[in-house]
Amino acid sequence: MAALEVEGLTRHYGEREALADVSLSLDAGQTLVVFGPNGAGKTTLLRVLASLLRPHAGSVRVLGSSLPGEAWAVRARIGLLGHEPLLYRELTARENLRFYARLYGIEDERVHELLESVAMHGRANEPLRTLSRGMVQRVAVARAVLHDPELLLLDEPNANLDPAAIELVVPLLAGGSGPNGLRTRVICSHDPSGGLAQADVVLGLRAGRPALLRAAAEVDPDEIAELYR
Amino acid sequence: MSGVHAPPRALPSVRPARPPRLWPTVGALLRKELLVELRTLESVPGMSLFAVTTFVLFHFALNRSSVEGDLAAGILWVTLLFAAILGVNRLFVADADQGGFDGFLLAPVDRSAMFLSKVLTLLAFLVVLELVAVPAFALLLLGSPLGPALPGLLATLALGDLGVAVIGTLVAAMAVQTRARDLLGPLLALPLFVPIVIGGARATSPLLVAVHPGTPALRWLLTLGLYDLLFGLIAYALFDFLLED
Repeated sequence: MAALEVEGLTRHYGEREALADVSLSLDAGQTLVVFGPNGAGKTTLLRVLASLLRPHAGSVRVLGSSLPGEAWAVRARIGLLGHEPLLYRELTARENLRFYARLYGIEDERVHELLESVAMHGRANEPLRTLSRGMVQRVAVARAVLHDPELLLLDEPNANLDPAAIELVVPLLAGGSGPNGLRTRVICSHDPSGGLAQADVVLGLRAGRPALLRAAAEVDPDEIAELYR
Repeated sequence: MSGVHAPPRALPSVRPARPPRLWPTVGALLRKELLVELRTLESVPGMSLFAVTTFVLFHFALNRSSVEGDLAAGILWVTLLFAAILGVNRLFVADADQGGFDGFLLAPVDRSAMFLSKVLTLLAFLVVLELVAVPAFALLLLGSPLGPALPGLLATLALGDLGVAVIGTLVAAMAVQTRARDLLGPLLALPLFVPIVIGGARATSPLLVAVHPGTPALRWLLTLGLYDLLFGLIAYALFDFLLED
C-alpha cells in the first residue's frame, strides 16, 4: 500500500516557484531521501506533506487521505522534525513534551520514557534556552516521535548531534509500531553516503523540479553530487 | 552532555484511541501561556508599568488635585486600552518565533482551542493589569477611594476586558503573520476598540464623581455586552482561517 502518492505537485511563494510538477510514490515502511542544494524545495515538500502548506496544483495523498481537504484525518499519524525544534525556549524539556503529550492525548509515562531514550532525563527540568543545540535537537526528536507517528518527515535530523546522540535517536526515528516495525520516512539530507544508506527511494530536487527519482539501489553517489554542482 | 547515554530501545505504541477534547486542550495551551509569561515577564509588567506611568504623567500634566466624571473615565479607559495593546502585540510572538504555531497545527486538535486559550490568557493579563492600574488611578487622579463605585466599575471593566481580549486575539493572530506586526497590531486594534472606549467610559463616568457616585448606565453595559458577543462570534468563525496557510 502506498503511504505517499504525489502527482504534479506545484507550490509557489508569491512569484517564485518553490516546487514544480513533483510526482512520486512511496510504500508504507519505506524511506524516501530527498537531496538538493539549498533552496531546491526540500523543506517546502516536507511542509506540504505535513499539511502545513497547501499545494497550489497537483494532488497529494498521505496515508490514504487527500491533502489539504482531509488533513484532519492524518495529523495524528504524522511527525515532523524540521529545522526549528518546535519547542518553547522558556519551558523545560519535560514541560515541552508534556505540553505536546496533552495535545495528542498521550500519558505522561511516554514523556518519561522518551526523555530516558534520548538521554535527557538528567537535564529534563532545565529551560531549553540553557541547553546546547544538540540537547535541544534530542528533545525535538522525542517530540517528533511522541505520538508514535506512522509517517515521519525529517529535515536533516542529525543536525547538531554528536555520534553518540545519533546512535540514540536512529532507532527512535526508524522503528515504529506499524505492521513491519518500520516507519515510513521522508528525510531531507545533504549527506550522499549517509542518506543513500537509509534510502529505499531517492528524490533529487533542483530549483524545485525533480532531477532524479529512482530506487536507491540504482543510484550512483556521483549523481547526487551532480545535483549540487 | 548529560552523563552516560541510556541504551536505545523500541517503545510500545502510544497512539490514543481518539483525539483530545476541546477543553483539556485549552487547559494545556493556557498553562503553557502562563508558564511562558511567568518565566519571561514580557507582557504584564510592561503593561502595568505603562499604565501607572501614564497616570503619573496625567497627574502632573493636568495640574489638578483630582479629576472626575467624563474626564476621569476617559483617562482610565484610554490608558487601559493602550496598555492592553502592549499585551496584544506580544500574544503570539513566542508561538511565531519558536515554532509553536507549527507544533499546534500538526496536532490533531480543534483549532478553536488556540483562540479560546489566547482570549483567556489576555483576560488574565488584563485582570492583573487592572489590579495594579485601578488603585494607582484612584490614588493619583481621583484623590479619593473608589468605595461604593467599585462593584459597578468591576462589572464595566469585566465587559470591556472581554471585548479587548476577543478583538486583541483576532488582531494579534492577523498581525503576527506579517513582517510589520508591531505596527499592524495597534493599527488594526485601535479602531475596533473605539466602541469599547465609548461604552466603557460612558458606563464608568457616573461612578467617578466625588459626591454621590451613581451606577453604570444599563444601556452602555448592554452595548458593551452586545459588542463582545458580536466580535466573539466573528472571531470564532474567522480564527481557523487565520491559522491556515
